[in-house]
Amino acid sequence: MRKQFTYKALRSAAIASAVAAAAMTGATAQAKDTIKVGVVSFLTGPAAGPFGVPGKNGAELIIDAINKGELPAPYNTKGFAGATMDPVYTDEAGGNSKQVAEYRNLVEKQNVDALIGYISSGSCMAMAPVAEELQKLTIMSVCGTPRLFEEKLRSVVFRTQGNAVGDSIAAARYMTEMFPDLKTYTGINQNYAWGQDSWKFYSLAMAKLDPASKASSNPQFPKIFSGQYSAEISTLSLDKAKVVHSSFWDGDIEAFVLQALVRGFFEDKKFVSVVGASAVDSLGKKFPKGVVMGTRGPYGLLTRFDRSRPLNNWFVDSYKARYGVYPTGPSYQYAKAVLYYKLGMDKAAAMAGKFPTQDEVVAALKGMEFESFGGSVKMALGGGHQAIHEVGYGITTWDKEKKAPSATDVKFYSAECINPPEGTLAADWLEQGMPGAKC
Amino acid sequence: MLQILRSDKTVRWTLFGFFVLAIAGNFMPTWVQNNLMFGMARGLAVLGLMVLWRTGLISFGHALYFGIGAYAVALADKHFGVSDIFVRLILAMGAAGFVGLCLGFILRKYRSIFFAMLSLAFSMVLYGVLVKVEALGSTDGFSVSATSILGWTPESKYTLFCAIIVACATSACMVQYYLKTGLGALTTAIRDNELRVEYLGYSVAKAIHFKYIISAALAGASGAMMAMALGQVDPDSMVNWTVSGELVFITVMAGPGSVIAPFIGGVVFEFLRTYAFELAPHAWQLIVGGTLLAIIFFLPMGLWSLLERIWVRKGSSS
Repeated sequence: MRKQFTYKALRSAAIASAVAAAAMTGATAQAKDTIKVGVVSFLTGPAAGPFGVPGKNGAELIIDAINKGELPAPYNTKGFAGATMDPVYTDEAGGNSKQVAEYRNLVEKQNVDALIGYISSGSCMAMAPVAEELQKLTIMSVCGTPRLFEEKLRSVVFRTQGNAVGDSIAAARYMTEMFPDLKTYTGINQNYAWGQDSWKFYSLAMAKLDPASKASSNPQFPKIFSGQYSAEISTLSLDKAKVVHSSFWDGDIEAFVLQALVRGFFEDKKFVSVVGASAVDSLGKKFPKGVVMGTRGPYGLLTRFDRSRPLNNWFVDSYKARYGVYPTGPSYQYAKAVLYYKLGMDKAAAMAGKFPTQDEVVAALKGMEFESFGGSVKMALGGGHQAIHEVGYGITTWDKEKKAPSATDVKFYSAECINPPEGTLAADWLEQGMPGAKC
Repeated sequence: MLQILRSDKTVRWTLFGFFVLAIAGNFMPTWVQNNLMFGMARGLAVLGLMVLWRTGLISFGHALYFGIGAYAVALADKHFGVSDIFVRLILAMGAAGFVGLCLGFILRKYRSIFFAMLSLAFSMVLYGVLVKVEALGSTDGFSVSATSILGWTPESKYTLFCAIIVACATSACMVQYYLKTGLGALTTAIRDNELRVEYLGYSVAKAIHFKYIISAALAGASGAMMAMALGQVDPDSMVNWTVSGELVFITVMAGPGSVIAPFIGGVVFEFLRTYAFELAPHAWQLIVGGTLLAIIFFLPMGLWSLLERIWVRKGSSS
């Protein structure tokens, strides 16, 4: 009896010290019931309404469903490697330096297991070095600057969204195919990584696809979130260029469209918007017809009523039921990043035969191919850390029957048609005339 | 100088306080260390503002110098690979001090709201330039590489933490010394009666100019330390008017009572914001603003007056 007691005491002491040791070294190899994940999006400021909140809602919806195991097959396993996710929703507003401080707080104070989110390319560029320094798995969901993985290979940073290269080349392809007569173009883009890169790659692609095309010498670069564009609209209207390219997003696209609309801007110019579909939904019937509109992937406006497959239908229906509106691009993009994290966790757990460590999850995430809502995603660039997927454009119109905005002449370009192969810089690839593009 | 410093009670308490903090920092979790670093760094700029405030001047544009300091560090790092803490601090203080010297010639002629608004205007000029120019990083800014000390790059942030504490302690003592000198003693005199100070034979303009340069250099050092502690600079969190507003906020919250007050204010502000952000991600600004209102209502002389009151009560009861 006494012997047994000592044995029991010894055993529990051993377990306790093992647990303590594991906790002290920060190893998380033992099975966990819950994981804590920071979900970062704009909750205040001009990007909150059209991007941050729909993004957060998309994440919230799918996190709840995964925690309960309610996603359609084959994603209907419960939890993330069996663990329930406890999301910590955080605001992305306030500037990069503040975000770096908040990132450190999430990792070091709140002890999150991973981070999902970030909309602005500025946030992503600023967060990647901190993520590498603290070695914390970070899945970026929306931001688009190609610099993120072209400047440096990252070890714990992933991005499930295709970058500005694909969006811009697809836009250029669409314009040269649909409007070959419009040879001159100008642009209005926000003066930061995303806007600068979007314009750069659009002009590079146009120069290659249609050597007779000509860029204006005076493209506009206002500050992000400035909201007032009367001077820029005047300059663009006076410019002889027929096409106006824009990568505006957040509240800026709505402000621009409303201010330009009253001046008859859209009758004079062919407007190409890379990511303005959120404004089409929020402005509804007021949004001008005939605008070339992109969604940065197979979702939102362009594919709302087709691409019928269980996961997509489930997402659109549950989102509409829960939030009263259709999901927009950021909703899909956040949900996609969460789904990717789940797949990585489950795969790593299956390979390791136990609850996976971060290194095992990173290895599982690297180079993964998976079916998302509207189409497949390949983690093909940046050493298996950067996604490529198809990108489409259409022309805005108003659907009288459904009483909803819709798009005509929708065309999708495959991932390999608009992205360079791994190891080639996008600018070099365009310079060489896009060798090996499969369209 | 040493005589004054040695006999001064505030200096002794400051040095003791900072020393204790440096030791305690070693046992704190990283996030507390980080918040303390940010709070201290901001406190240094507030120290400069406090010197101006004692003269009756409020600057709504010290983000200009804060930003110059931060960008001096970031640009020197990007173009010349400068990572040494001493070079970084000297560069930042030099650049900020020089701009302060130039602008001081204009600003020293103005008082009250005109002084505040004109300094705001200058800071927004820098903001506009940074945002427009792609070579200066536009709204993205730059990341800043790790800081080294005389060729040695420490593994943990604790070394930087101690370095920041040393810099803050030194600055606090220097300012305390300055306030005791003849020129420094003019501070409150100018606020109370400028004309009389002129009759006494001092140049008010020169005295204000000198204080302005001190506060600019301190804000420059503050920005540099912030850039090093964060590893990132960008116009919205370093140069925008909201940053000037935050500095004034901390100045008012801390109170003009002592050279230690700005650091206490800075640290309190940092923790307040961290917790507000965590508890109410949708409305954290409301909590921060509400706290300032409460402090203005109940503690018009700032947090420092609260400490003073406790101090006096203890003294009288024993």
